[in-house]
Amino acid sequence: MPTKPIHDIAASFSRRGVLAATAGLMLGLASISGAKAADDTIKVGVLHSLSGTMAISETTLKDTILFLIDEQNKKGGVLGKKLEAVVVDPASNWPLFAEKARELITKDKVSVVFGCWTSVSRKSVLPVFKELNNILFYPVQYEGEESERNVFYTGAAPNQQAIPAVDYLMKDEKVKRWVLAGTDYVYPRTTNKILEAYLKSKGVAQEDIMINYTPFGHSDWQTIVADIKKFGSAGKKTAVVSTINGDANVPFYKELGNQGVKAKDIPVVAFSVGEEELAGIDTKPLVGHLAAWNYFESIKTPANEKFIKDWQAYTKNPKRTTNDPMEAHVIGFNMWIKAVEKVKSTDPDKVIDALPGIEAANLTGGTSKMLPNHHITKPVFIGEIKGNGQFDVVWKTPGLVAGDAWSKELDGSKDLIGDWVGKKCGNFNTKTNKCLGSGS
Amino acid sequence: MPTNLSARLCTFLLSLFLIAFALPAFAGPFEDAVAKFANEDYSDTDEAIGVVASSGNKLAFPIISALQDGRLMADPDSKKVYVTGTDGKSIDAATGEPVASVPDSASAVRLNNRLRRSVDAALGSLTLQSPDLGARLQAAQSVYKSHEETALEPVEGALAKETNRSVKTALSEARAAILLFKSDATEVQKLEAVATIKARGDQEALALLSDIGTDQPASVAKAAASAIGSIQSSLAVWSTVQNAWYGLSLGSVLLLAAIGLAITFGVMGVINMAHGEMVMIGAYTTFVVQEVIRTRYPALFDYSLLIAVPLAFLVAGAIGVVIERSIIRFLYGRPLETLLATWGLSLVLQQAVRTMFGPTNREVGNPSWMSGAFDLGQITITYNRLWILVFTLAVFMILLAMLRYTALGLEMRAVTQNRRMAASMGIATSRVDALTFGLGSGIAGIAGVALSQIDNVSPNLGQSYIIDSFMVVVFGGVGNLWGTLVGAFTLGIANKFLEPVAGAVLGKIAILVLIILFIQKRPRGLFALKGRAVEA
Repeated sequence: MPTKPIHDIAASFSRRGVLAATAGLMLGLASISGAKAADDTIKVGVLHSLSGTMAISETTLKDTILFLIDEQNKKGGVLGKKLEAVVVDPASNWPLFAEKARELITKDKVSVVFGCWTSVSRKSVLPVFKELNNILFYPVQYEGEESERNVFYTGAAPNQQAIPAVDYLMKDEKVKRWVLAGTDYVYPRTTNKILEAYLKSKGVAQEDIMINYTPFGHSDWQTIVADIKKFGSAGKKTAVVSTINGDANVPFYKELGNQGVKAKDIPVVAFSVGEEELAGIDTKPLVGHLAAWNYFESIKTPANEKFIKDWQAYTKNPKRTTNDPMEAHVIGFNMWIKAVEKVKSTDPDKVIDALPGIEAANLTGGTSKMLPNHHITKPVFIGEIKGNGQFDVVWKTPGLVAGDAWSKELDGSKDLIGDWVGKKCGNFNTKTNKCLGSGS
Repeated sequence: MPTNLSARLCTFLLSLFLIAFALPAFAGPFEDAVAKFANEDYSDTDEAIGVVASSGNKLAFPIISALQDGRLMADPDSKKVYVTGTDGKSIDAATGEPVASVPDSASAVRLNNRLRRSVDAALGSLTLQSPDLGARLQAAQSVYKSHEETALEPVEGALAKETNRSVKTALSEARAAILLFKSDATEVQKLEAVATIKARGDQEALALLSDIGTDQPASVAKAAASAIGSIQSSLAVWSTVQNAWYGLSLGSVLLLAAIGLAITFGVMGVINMAHGEMVMIGAYTTFVVQEVIRTRYPALFDYSLLIAVPLAFLVAGAIGVVIERSIIRFLYGRPLETLLATWGLSLVLQQAVRTMFGPTNREVGNPSWMSGAFDLGQITITYNRLWILVFTLAVFMILLAMLRYTALGLEMRAVTQNRRMAASMGIATSRVDALTFGLGSGIAGIAGVALSQIDNVSPNLGQSYIIDSFMVVVFGGVGNLWGTLVGAFTLGIANKFLEPVAGAVLGKIAILVLIILFIQKRPRGLFALKGRAVEA
């Protein structure tokens, strides 16, 4: 997904040196240098922002990888060696992501990197991973339209989140009129483009779709909520599909609650609101609003209950929540372990070739599989917000949904597929039988 | 139920009930329906709601209202359903018999949005004659929304008995809504219904009239179309009023965030990039106050903000004094260094808060008097925005009076106008500097208390306000509090009138462009200081 607030002074002043120096000074302790560690460990890079605007979401993912490594080492590590985490802090600064990725690969000689949240940070590190030929596991739901040899996407593609959510609203809630509201950047814009095409293909008229973008960190939602109410008063069942980004959601939901927009009248289905985001809001006025994810903390399976218990014990915080990108890291980490054990090596080329076809249990009771396009199969759940800040699953896809690297709804990408097994190509055009190659 | 039919139904069911008691093996439709709640299937629950609501059984109301509040417990193994009362006592939902305890295997019957609508509709027709005025009004409104034909008779019954005017209006609107959608209603009835709903004149009236479908008689369709037209044009006028209100509200938030900066930057001339962090510290103070109240004195929760205001002022003010004494006083007259130092400081403060409170948002609750909204004509005014506007104006007035009438205010003005002259008159200028900076920071802290009600309480809270604050101060005229006031409200209102036309993103850009052009023309802002103070 997505950039969170760039609204950041840091961005406007973009003096990388100063920022890096300050951040480095403040977080000196957080960076564990693995340079002098012994050779009998396998190094795992963790590239998540621990300071700056993205720290709110990414710190948890850093802790997740440390937790998983700890668990794996208790089981004896992998290939007879212990795993060792190398944590760096790219400080929510996109160019710094590329520098830190290079540092991880060349200086610390990591075998694999788990990291990134925003699409822009992923795009920033792509050339580094290609040039130095290493592996990145990317755990966040994103806009799709990408398949790279060195990247494994364990978060949801649009067809694993947005499309099923719209299907649910259309069938179960009989929604006829749609507000697509999002923050103004690449993930909401691409997702909304896909959704608009999809809705029109289902016979929704142009005047029944309202698209609205807001800046990062938007906090005054009065006008937009009033507009939504007005749009919803045309006599047809209306729903809001929200790709509003993390930080702006709290004031948005507060305004919805205060202006009395109830879920039973105009439901809001969100793609970026999870257990962590709800932690900052009183959810009682929001009961019934929806979120679409591939994982919810409230799902009762033995695997999930054990995971939550171990995680809370590891973080020594009995209230620590779990969320969807964390589960994506769990799946990605286990897939990587299996692939390494299969080829008995951590050599990136061998592991990349071994990963497609590898299966790993997900926490919701199924088995996810890495596909040739480097995306995975996942179940899709629709959850309703409950009064206690958790979600109650009201609907789920009957089976697992395979992630599409390229959306079938968009003209520019519907003929493309990613296939790193047979075609060895991330953007193979099935009409012309040609690989477009890099640069597109 | 008052009417003959329901009375008869009641007797019928009552006899069924008696039979059920006599022969436990026999279960009537009511009992069957209640058992369906235990099926853990949304469509079964929906069906059960319909049957129970129309059963006339006296248990219908307790069951449905328990369902709404999550107090209806169902045991999927034994198919037994229990109602847990608000007092903690439970009864068997099928028989009404008290039970000692609900088994552990039972869990609350789950609802989704579709079911919540069914529950509302069912409760609506059950509570139309409730002795509680609010419940009757709500019932009439939910019948209006669901407008199901089955509710017509209860609505008419209630209408005949109702004495309260507003409930009566709501009931006749509900009746009109039902008639409008009833296929066998006469044309005259339908025309009357259109007129009743037109008189309501709000968005829900619009929604209903736009939804009547094409199978209506020509005259009804025509009346509806003209009603829609007239409602729309009156709503258009109201939407202008609404934009003006939103503008005032946004302006008050801008003013609140900028008012502290108007002191530190406007009066002292310190480019304080850590101003936003003072706001954030105020918001976190509110959080801490609420945490203490929640754990120790829950009854005081509604006063939490009143307690937080002075504390936030003291905490942020004290931090401001420390910053001035330890950093800023060495940098007077060196704006670039001040800018860099305070910006570095803002990062340090953010990280410190992140380390202490964690990177995630913290929940700051709204006290009951700041939640919800009321309708003024056809616009909705939310209480939190209204209170923030009142609060902002109060803070502004107090600050103005302080600068004007207190000794400290006089010294502050003297020092900022001519430092050396003030010093030679015996004013301890460095003490006044520290206090002025502390005052500006303290006011930023107070702003944080108010902003915690509408925004995230996260380490990044301050960043989203710093640019807007500078914009307001520069636009209004540096060094002039009235300029800050006018500047904030002008920008707020301009923004809200641009937003519906241009969208939030373009609206913001347009405002920035307008300010740049304005500053080109009037570099000193709206209300420029005149005289020798300017050159000093």
